Amino acid sequence: MALYSEVVMDHFTHPRNVGVIENADGVGQVGNAKCGDIMKIYLKIDDDIITDVKFETFGCGSAIASSSMATEMIKGKPISEAMQLTNKAVAEALDGLPAHKLHCSVLAEEAIKSALKDYYDRNGIEYDHKLFPDCESCGHCHD
Amino acid sequence: MQVYADNAATTKMSRLAIDAMLPYFDTVYGNPSSLHTPGQEAKEALEDARARMAKCLGCEAREIYFTSGGSEADNQAIISAARYGAQKNKKHIISTAFEHHAVLHTLNKLEKEGYEITLLDVKTNHNITAQQVKDAIREDTCLVTCVYGNNEIGSLLPIAEIGAVCKEAGVPFHTDGVQAVGHVAIDVKAQNIDMLSLSAHKFHGPMGIGALYVRRGFPLTNLIEGGAQERGKRAGTENLPAIMGMVAALEDACQHMEENNKKVTYLRDKLIAGLSQIPHCARNGDAEHCLPGIVSFCFEGIEGESLLLLLDAKGIAASSGSACTSGSLDPSHVLLAIGRVHDVAHGSLRLSLSHYNTEEEIDHILTAVPEVVSLLRNMSPVWRDLQTGVREYIL
Repeated sequence: MALYSEVVMDHFTHPRNVGVIENADGVGQVGNAKCGDIMKIYLKIDDDIITDVKFETFGCGSAIASSSMATEMIKGKPISEAMQLTNKAVAEALDGLPAHKLHCSVLAEEAIKSALKDYYDRNGIEYDHKLFPDCESCGHCHD
Repeated sequence: MQVYADNAATTKMSRLAIDAMLPYFDTVYGNPSSLHTPGQEAKEALEDARARMAKCLGCEAREIYFTSGGSEADNQAIISAARYGAQKNKKHIISTAFEHHAVLHTLNKLEKEGYEITLLDVKTNHNITAQQVKDAIREDTCLVTCVYGNNEIGSLLPIAEIGAVCKEAGVPFHTDGVQAVGHVAIDVKAQNIDMLSLSAHKFHGPMGIGALYVRRGFPLTNLIEGGAQERGKRAGTENLPAIMGMVAALEDACQHMEENNKKVTYLRDKLIAGLSQIPHCARNGDAEHCLPGIVSFCFEGIEGESLLLLLDAKGIAASSGSACTSGSLDPSHVLLAIGRVHDVAHGSLRLSLSHYNTEEEIDHILTAVPEVVSLLRNMSPVWRDLQTGVREYIL
């Protein structure tokens, strides 16, 4: 049996939305190099719709696949819908992740939330801070 | 093209070793402990194999104990020396910071039992010196145990010098020779080695079989109780087919060591020269004293697991010391021990060669690795930060 599902391998070897958005409306970065994974998400937002999304990831195959899948799941969607994206949904869309790789999907959810939070902050939009748990919640490695 | 470059993990069995095993499944299949003729035939083969192995290592047949592999041999050697030491109130053990887990975890267990463990620093030249061992030896030192050649970075330790230091101080010396046996010339007597562990599947023999050489007179502690096999020191019916395969593989390796090493060293050096061209990388391991087949590099800005998977997709089987490949959150203790910081240790790649590898395969690796490294760097936020000066290069 392969380590990863076919969907994971597809998104890992052919990642969607890799890159940078110059003049992005929101940018979020989570994780750290010491732990071996960093995800950075760039958002372009028009009228509360995520019109474009790009990512850069330093990490294992499942981290890259999770970023790719998560960006696909929010592209073209309203912010309110992107806010509902859970790590569970990302992992399910990838046809599952090995247990010790689930934190990669958590990182993807957090990276997107972090980029949305940045968008809110930049535009002075009020929001409920409880909707943006910090990275500590995933229990993955921290400095 | 399929390239197997993970020979430090395990090797392809040689045809010769397979053929040496076959008769012992269905022709000479008696239990060596049985009194009848089939049993005695098996016993004869077993003792012949022991003598042949002893010849390869420069010891006596009665000093060879067959085990299930390198890990068991390491465990038994260390536990035995610890128990013997405790009888004389000596509970200090010297080892190195880059041992295999079979050694390190056994030492951790002993530490919890009250033993004091000194792990020698390996940052200088990614190796240790005999002087470091000498300086660490105390009145209550009951064992020096250090790897012969490191499995992740290939550093070859000054075993004969360490053996001389230990002999002079009267301290038992064990070496984990799993990566070295069959690859470098070993003479346990000349090198003053008291105990040596080996594993067959690292030199084109079968998995699940190994041996512990123990200098005559050194008291072994049983890990497995039961029958009187292996001079009463390792119970369990001997795995005769595996033992026959192991000894055939060892003889073959020792007989062809010079030509094999010439070839493997040439391929290794070509690989090192090629990989060194990749910007912001560093070779791991003692550049001067190293095993013929092991090449280890760290590439800044990328993570090892994704590197391995993409190489695998190009037909190259390799290995990495990144956290993600180990299932733990920390990268390899070996890379940390030689002074690589976490960020860099995550981006490690180990390629380990055997004489079955070809120059075409090395060329394929040298095309694939730069491509994959650059692909991953181009999607890495760490690499972007390094390139834009937000973060400083370490390598």
